[in-house]
Amino acid sequence: MLLIHCPYCEEDRSELEFRWAGEAHIARPENISAITDEEFAEYFFLRNNEKGLTYERWRHIHGCGRFFNAARDTVSDRFLMTYKAGLARQPVPTAEEAAAIIEDKTVETWEAVEGDAR
Amino acid sequence: MSASPDKTGAFRIKGVGRHTPARTARFTFDGKSYTALEGDTVASALLAHGVHLLGRSFKYHRPRGILTAGPEEPNALLDVSRDSARRQPNVRATVQEVFDGAKIASQNRWPSLSFDVGAFNDVLSPFFAAGFYYKTFMWPREAWAKLYEPIIRRAAGLGEAPKEEDPDHYANRFAHCDVLIAGAGIAGLTAALSAASTGQTVFLVDEQPEVGGALHFDTSTMIDGQNGYDWAQDAAARLKAMPNVTVLNRTTVFGYYNHGFLGLAERVTDHVVRPAKDLPRERLWQVRAKKVVLATGAIERHMVFANNDRPGIMLASAARSFLNHHGVSVGHNVGVYTAHDSAYEAAFDLHRAGVTIAAIVDCRADPGEAVVAQARALGVDVLTGHSVTDTSGRLRISSMTVVRNGGGNARKIKVDALIVSAGWTPSVHLFSQSRGKLRFDEANQRFLPDIYAQNCISVGACNGTDDIADLVDEAIAAGGGSAVVSAENRFEWTGGMIGAAEGAGPDTVVKAFVDFQHDVTAKDIRLAVREGMHSIEHIKRFTTNGMASDQGKLSNMHGLAIAAEMLGRPIPQVGLTTFRAPYTPVTYGTLIAHSRAELFDPTRKTPMHALEAAAGAEFEDVGNWKRAWYFPKRGEDMHVAVNRECRTVRDIGGVFDASTLGKIEVVGPDAAQFLNLLYTNAWDTLKPGKCRYGIMTREDGFIYDDGVVGRLAEDRFHVTTTTGGAPRVLHHMEDYLQTEFPHLKVWLTSTTEQWAVIAVQGPKAREIIQPFVEGVDLSNEAFPHMSVAECTVTGVPARLFRVSFTGELGFEVNVPADFGAAVWKAIWERAEGLGACLYGTESMHVLRAEKGYLIVGQDTDGTVTPDDAGYGWAVSKKKTDFVGIRGLKRPDLVREGRKQLVGLLTRDPGDVLEEGAQIVADPNQPKPMTMLGHVTSSYWSENCDRSIAIALVAGGRAKAGETLYVPMSDRTIAVEVTDMVFFDKEGGRIHG
Amino acid sequence: MVDSGADLASRTLPLAGAHGGSSVVLLEPAGPAERISLRARAEDVAALSNAIGLDLPVRPKTSASGNGRTALWLGPDEWLVIGEAGLVQAAASSGALHSATDVSHRNTAILVSGPGAAAAINSGCPLDLSLAAFPVAACTRTLLGKVEIVLLRTAEDAFRVEVWRSFSGYAFGLLGEGARDAALNPEPL
Repeated sequence: MLLIHCPYCEEDRSELEFRWAGEAHIARPENISAITDEEFAEYFFLRNNEKGLTYERWRHIHGCGRFFNAARDTVSDRFLMTYKAGLARQPVPTAEEAAAIIEDKTVETWEAVEGDAR
Repeated sequence: MSASPDKTGAFRIKGVGRHTPARTARFTFDGKSYTALEGDTVASALLAHGVHLLGRSFKYHRPRGILTAGPEEPNALLDVSRDSARRQPNVRATVQEVFDGAKIASQNRWPSLSFDVGAFNDVLSPFFAAGFYYKTFMWPREAWAKLYEPIIRRAAGLGEAPKEEDPDHYANRFAHCDVLIAGAGIAGLTAALSAASTGQTVFLVDEQPEVGGALHFDTSTMIDGQNGYDWAQDAAARLKAMPNVTVLNRTTVFGYYNHGFLGLAERVTDHVVRPAKDLPRERLWQVRAKKVVLATGAIERHMVFANNDRPGIMLASAARSFLNHHGVSVGHNVGVYTAHDSAYEAAFDLHRAGVTIAAIVDCRADPGEAVVAQARALGVDVLTGHSVTDTSGRLRISSMTVVRNGGGNARKIKVDALIVSAGWTPSVHLFSQSRGKLRFDEANQRFLPDIYAQNCISVGACNGTDDIADLVDEAIAAGGGSAVVSAENRFEWTGGMIGAAEGAGPDTVVKAFVDFQHDVTAKDIRLAVREGMHSIEHIKRFTTNGMASDQGKLSNMHGLAIAAEMLGRPIPQVGLTTFRAPYTPVTYGTLIAHSRAELFDPTRKTPMHALEAAAGAEFEDVGNWKRAWYFPKRGEDMHVAVNRECRTVRDIGGVFDASTLGKIEVVGPDAAQFLNLLYTNAWDTLKPGKCRYGIMTREDGFIYDDGVVGRLAEDRFHVTTTTGGAPRVLHHMEDYLQTEFPHLKVWLTSTTEQWAVIAVQGPKAREIIQPFVEGVDLSNEAFPHMSVAECTVTGVPARLFRVSFTGELGFEVNVPADFGAAVWKAIWERAEGLGACLYGTESMHVLRAEKGYLIVGQDTDGTVTPDDAGYGWAVSKKKTDFVGIRGLKRPDLVREGRKQLVGLLTRDPGDVLEEGAQIVADPNQPKPMTMLGHVTSSYWSENCDRSIAIALVAGGRAKAGETLYVPMSDRTIAVEVTDMVFFDKEGGRIHG
Repeated sequence: MVDSGADLASRTLPLAGAHGGSSVVLLEPAGPAERISLRARAEDVAALSNAIGLDLPVRPKTSASGNGRTALWLGPDEWLVIGEAGLVQAAASSGALHSATDVSHRNTAILVSGPGAAAAINSGCPLDLSLAAFPVAACTRTLLGKVEIVLLRTAEDAFRVEVWRSFSGYAFGLLGEGARDAALNPEPL
């Protein structure tokens, strides 16, 4: 179970109190009624679902009730940072360091040899 | 060894072991009664009586005994019961402590343990090779249901699940600590002493009844001048006395999850004779630790050779545990087969206890000099460079066949037990679960922790630290504090091997077992490689090696080595399968903990629940809510009651509990603007004191929720939602408010439970409530349909809505919830006197269907737009923005022929359609038929004196007047498409 | 909620008659109280504090008491104010922009006290309830098993558990099980 730092409560709290709320920094178009079908699809339907560093939204729904943003590594589940809603996408200066930590120097788990097996 | 008349078993050795001789316990095994000593495991108690045969194997039904003395046991799985309801299958005999009165039975055998019909499988074993099931039970397809599945189901599985409800209860506890230490052997205890010295909060967790770990069997380690085991008990006592330390015995750290979160299963009563009623059987601990010290030790491996599975063959350390801790000898004439020095010490201990050591067979040419010298000094025969290539004995080993490596004459040596060791596998399971990365220690043929993913450190044997002085230093450092512990060993251990031993190589067809619980042999693993499985994950699934409930604690390394040899690749390239939680099986009871019976889920009751129950209501579950479903009078069934209720509401009046409706108070100067953005309707035009029915769409244009919204003041709205939609609608609103429209000055508060809601509907509704209402003129002119006012009802401050979900004159009285019962009582007393009725959700459904009012979630399914539902009028044409405005313009949402809600009338008015039934245009069309849609709501309408239905039909509104068909399994029902209003089409009654 | 026709006698309390606990925990339903959900922006906190008669806490997980009222910080613009009658009117008298919504009957409360109180609550609540992490007067919205609660520590060994009325039976039952277990295995630390 994850331990998530709520930027409003200013402490780490159990994942039980939170709800995931999808990819972050997808602004609702101001002129939404005028956008094309393709632009609407891009806004509403299409998500990157990237492996590794992702920006996502969480809500401390059973805590302060606030939505906020998080930068999380989906491979290690490590939270690189969380920050308040409304702030621009925050740079994650430690991303390379974090990546270096999880980069495997040895080969032994299935995940590591998956490519090999193919 | 002198024969003992000891009633606790002929193999009990006087003066050896740590149990108190006077404290005995009686139990039965397969109906026969035995006496044990308190502190015995089932395994040690049975061995004391010379009982080695404990079960039959999974696939071949081969006789099996006890292989280990710990939780890694793959063979000795038993059925343990306290009484008929308290019975648990697949209990490891090596873990279960004996308690007085225990009833223990062997499993997986028929008709008896010593004569098992299924053992015929062993003879047929050439047909049961790895992958047998995949290849054999393929065709014909029809045979699956009738033939293969029943056979496999009967043959497969271990043990028999209990049939009675579990009478025990289970507890759960969330906890936090600075340091959690898994394992209380030398390393764990030392780390705990060190960590505790800093004042940090410490959890020390160990799966055994007493601390000590390997010190249970290892009698040659001295710590601080004390016998190691005694030192351990002493250390634990010191730790328990410290306020910042929690020591949990009989507790398994079964899972190491993200961010320092660990799952612990504490076995509270399984060893207790008569547990106090209040005691939970097990307690789940959910611990968040800032730091974790893994001191989980190592697990000894067996040797892989022909017929290595007979009862009487066991790990050397297990035999040593049974002897040194339990005072039980595993035989009178014991053979040793080893690739590691540690087995010698087992032989020394047995020898000292008077047991004959038939021979020590060591497959290595040059074992550790010290142990060999000691063996020879004791007069024990040591055969280095030799191997055991076979064993004999039907229900227990009677001899071992020994051959010099590389060839030579085989000789049979009589034994009644054979203890084996292929060396030690560090227990890296928890480290691996924590997502740590392992490295392969080529020199010692083992995987060791390398890269840590969490704030965690491994110490001692699980970290490959063999030297005891190093181990202690490592543990003190890991604890982060200081401790003074000086420990020394008599012998240094060397050796170890993984893979098949001499005589079980690729050129042989012998049954050399790798995985005992799933009956996987070295040959099976080679077959998997020959059949094209090149990844260890594929090999594992093809052979099921390591997939039994012991998760391959003994078999993984051997299986990997055999596969690597066949593949001609180094071990690290073949890869290790990933360890998953739980470390050992956890009961469902523990995981469920409190979530049983009344606490399985909250049962939500309205403030009027008790009054409704007293009035004879039947209730239905709507989410977690109990809602009054219908109110049968004496002799009425549901149909009759609902017909009466529906008729009475329209003829006179009815009283209905609508408290579960979701309610959200929307307050602030921008409240109307906010609602404009969240609903399809326009709200700025709604005047205070008025209500409006609103539809909420998602951004994709589909209906998300609906409800009546009342404007109480310029800056205050009382929003209602569907009963089931309340939490998600509030979440959806908060999402937009906080992240898309944060500039709006408006706040949302859930008030669902603040208000008890009493709906009074029907021609006499006004007459019913009139005497109780003060502060508002209820006349049609002053308070028309869709009005709201704050007033008092029976003197209680109330919000009164003039709204209707029946099409009749209607009011909804909202009073603060604590007053709900009193107000309901007053209103119902008067209503009853006027001939009105109580009605429930079933009548509510029928009445609203008669008027064509939709129910979101029943008539809509997440693909229905307001226009599809016939509510296009609720979508503002003037607004420039609202959630869904763009989605509604998507090409697929504006195309012709979309499914639309329409009414259906069956040709025979007595036919009531089934909800969910499919609708077609041509009932004679060959299959697959073109489905036009389905029935969403269908009822008998007493007021219309016929059946009515609502359906989603492609191009439905344009089909008005057409006949369509609903094919059922036994007949086809003709229906006419109509509009959705079946009763009072002019809609005059609502303004009554 | 005060009104001449709406006296206490006509109220039916959701936990009426409930009692429970163990040798180390006492469980009691709290009496009726007035409660508002108070929402306001940072710039209006001072005016509201004046009007209500206590300093609305602005630090996470803190509460403040005064004038027979207690204000619990639930979020950066959200407080639960519990106390004597007149809360809505008091907030309104501030003249500041805010939302005050009466939730007196939405919530009920369970008083949990005794040396095993924290352990009992931890049978369903994932918070660290050590005094260091959750001191007296600390408060937060959180979970108790499957229901949401607002937890306030009123003394070293006493808590107030605010819970929506229809969840109160479940909460009381779970705390009862927790109390029983706390007696067997009290405060681990």
